[in-house]
Amino acid sequence: MTDAAELLGRTRELLAAHPPGSTGRLDFLRARFDAGLAWVHYPQGLGGLGAPRALQAVVDAELEAAGAPDNDPRRIGIGLGMAAPTILKYGTEEQKRRFLRPLWTGEEVWCQLFSEPGAGSDLAALGTRAVREGEDWVVDGQKVWTSSAHIARWAILIARTDPAVPKHAGITYFVCDMTDPGVEVRPLRQITGEAEFNEVFLTGVRIPDAHRLGEIGDGWRVAQTTLNNERVAIGGMRLPREGGMIGPVSRAWRERPELRTHDLHQRLLRLWVEAEVARFTGERLRQQLAVGQPGPEGAGMKLAFARLNQEISGLEVELRGEEGLLYDDWTMRRPELVDFTGRDAGYRYLRSKGNSIEGGTSEVLLNIVAERVLGLPAEPRTDKDVAWKDLAR
Amino acid sequence: MTDLLYSEEEEALRSAVRDLLTDHCAPADVISRTESGTPHDRALWKLLAEMGLAGLLVPEAQGGQGASAREAAVVLEELGRAVAPVPYLTSAVVATEALLACGDEELLGRLAAGRTIGALAVGLHSAPQAPFATVRADNGVLHGELTGIADAAVADVLLVPADDGGLYAVTADAVTVTPQVSLDLTRPLATVTLAGAAGRRVGDAAPAVRRALRAAAGLLASEQLGVADWALTETVRYLKERKQFNRPVGGFQALKHRLAQLWLEIVSLRAAARAAADALAFGEDADITVAVAQAYAAPVAVHAAEEALQLHGGIGMTWEHPAHLYLKRAKADSIAYGTAGAHRSALAALADLQAP
Repeated sequence: MTDAAELLGRTRELLAAHPPGSTGRLDFLRARFDAGLAWVHYPQGLGGLGAPRALQAVVDAELEAAGAPDNDPRRIGIGLGMAAPTILKYGTEEQKRRFLRPLWTGEEVWCQLFSEPGAGSDLAALGTRAVREGEDWVVDGQKVWTSSAHIARWAILIARTDPAVPKHAGITYFVCDMTDPGVEVRPLRQITGEAEFNEVFLTGVRIPDAHRLGEIGDGWRVAQTTLNNERVAIGGMRLPREGGMIGPVSRAWRERPELRTHDLHQRLLRLWVEAEVARFTGERLRQQLAVGQPGPEGAGMKLAFARLNQEISGLEVELRGEEGLLYDDWTMRRPELVDFTGRDAGYRYLRSKGNSIEGGTSEVLLNIVAERVLGLPAEPRTDKDVAWKDLAR
Repeated sequence: MTDLLYSEEEEALRSAVRDLLTDHCAPADVISRTESGTPHDRALWKLLAEMGLAGLLVPEAQGGQGASAREAAVVLEELGRAVAPVPYLTSAVVATEALLACGDEELLGRLAAGRTIGALAVGLHSAPQAPFATVRADNGVLHGELTGIADAAVADVLLVPADDGGLYAVTADAVTVTPQVSLDLTRPLATVTLAGAAGRRVGDAAPAVRRALRAAAGLLASEQLGVADWALTETVRYLKERKQFNRPVGGFQALKHRLAQLWLEIVSLRAAARAAADALAFGEDADITVAVAQAYAAPVAVHAAEEALQLHGGIGMTWEHPAHLYLKRAKADSIAYGTAGAHRSALAALADLQAP
């Protein structure tokens, strides 16, 4: 088993062989991957050393102290957080070798082609078709809410390969080449004015069968790996006091005494308490994970985070009074990064409206808590034994 | 950062207390005791004292267990879950903390053993920073009346703040204790009348009262967690069983969402209560953490108890069902040691979010 001392030694060897000051960024990242120091819990030869995941921090701290470049994880979050664990679990050896290295270095950006206009909370009802033609699959359909599609080289895609069986059974999981001529990416402008997301139209897109992940018809199970990793990623950051959305409004309160009213004061204090409690709750969840007793709190954290962001940013717009009537800029842009607490109060207010929709709506999450945590009866299902082609739509 | 989990020892303590309460604190008995003339359960208190629980906060050198607020919090969770009618919070936390501030070793030792029950004669509603009523001191002889004193009916010693700035220990037989008809049937209040009672000055009242009430407010959050957790667990259990419209009532989405929301509030309360207990144990950032925990805990416990009552339907409205004991405790707790609003006001200064 690889221990902290050995990892530290390997990290120092990497730094000695490829001094960050005189090595190109990409060369350094590739060397780091090949040294097994990219994600130490991955297998040898795929950027890791089969070491405990917790030891990654040892490597990261040493590299950061040496001024080594990182792989800009926020830019490639979908690849790192969702595509990679799925490829690792379900990919063939050839797929793992082909995809994981450029995914981790950021040479190839990934996006996720899951949601559709007709399949949101009911994702398994998706209608994008994949039909087998020789060694290829031909894909037709429309996907939506795809961040990074305009910069992505690859996508993880789920499509319907058998409409004659119930919805969960007829789905297959693919890796889709975003440079295929049948892929058309259109920006999807949102209420903030910018287009963080895209619509993706798929017309006669050819995917070789070698780019299938998992068995034919097993795509729903494969997708669970992707989606579980998405929920793990949400709300995972350790924050200092006033580190989240409560920070800007608290600073505004201190710096702008002329804006204060008694009503706003009561509401601010209430939200300040709730933000601090949410911080403790997130910290408690992390402590549980660290000692290997994962509690069900994770499902709740996203619910709390969404409501708090919305209420706090709403209060801040109101606090700003006359300024709250203004907005910094409605210009249509396509940002590569999403920053919930960035820009002005108006942006924060509008962007946080998405927090209770993206990655599972709050209504669906409440069902999940009620059924899986509290053990209450499941919602009645009328679609379980019905062929997908016969479902109401 | 703060350790927000329960240690193995704390979990062992919890199950020992829970086992004891399962055997000796059945809801039906608690209900009948409330109208019995002896609302406190002295036999149960004796069993808790034999486990050493009354002395958790007292150092071993002074006859206690040398544990901390973290362990006392676990005991309070379980006592809250059972709405146990014992003076644990008032004697083993509040009176004990006041005496720790004064350094009165003899009395501390007696409280720690549980043979003597103490009560701080400050109204239960008092917030840690608020002014408190005093009696007149005349050469160690005390005159006056104090109201809203929790568990005074069962106290052997009262710690009485006087107008000369002193805190006096007064034995129960030197005062008149008159029970008040109280909202919370399991933590009843009383009026304490001192008509020339002899008192022994044990220290200065102000710092002792502040310290005692801060510990009380912080650890009350753990009791409120126990109350809320009982309300959720019992309601979920009932709604899986109870059938209307040919299906379990717990399958209706409107109710599932309410219960999931409540679960989230309780998960959050657990983190806040652990943070407060840990901050009190180690004295780090305790003022803010206690105020945050108590500002959050009070409305959650009340919400949980109110939901339990509503979702039990008609049976929840009956005297026979224990839901009302939890509602009355939760509502009284929302005033005890400062309301949520009082703690938010304290935070305005502590977190530099000043009023207009």
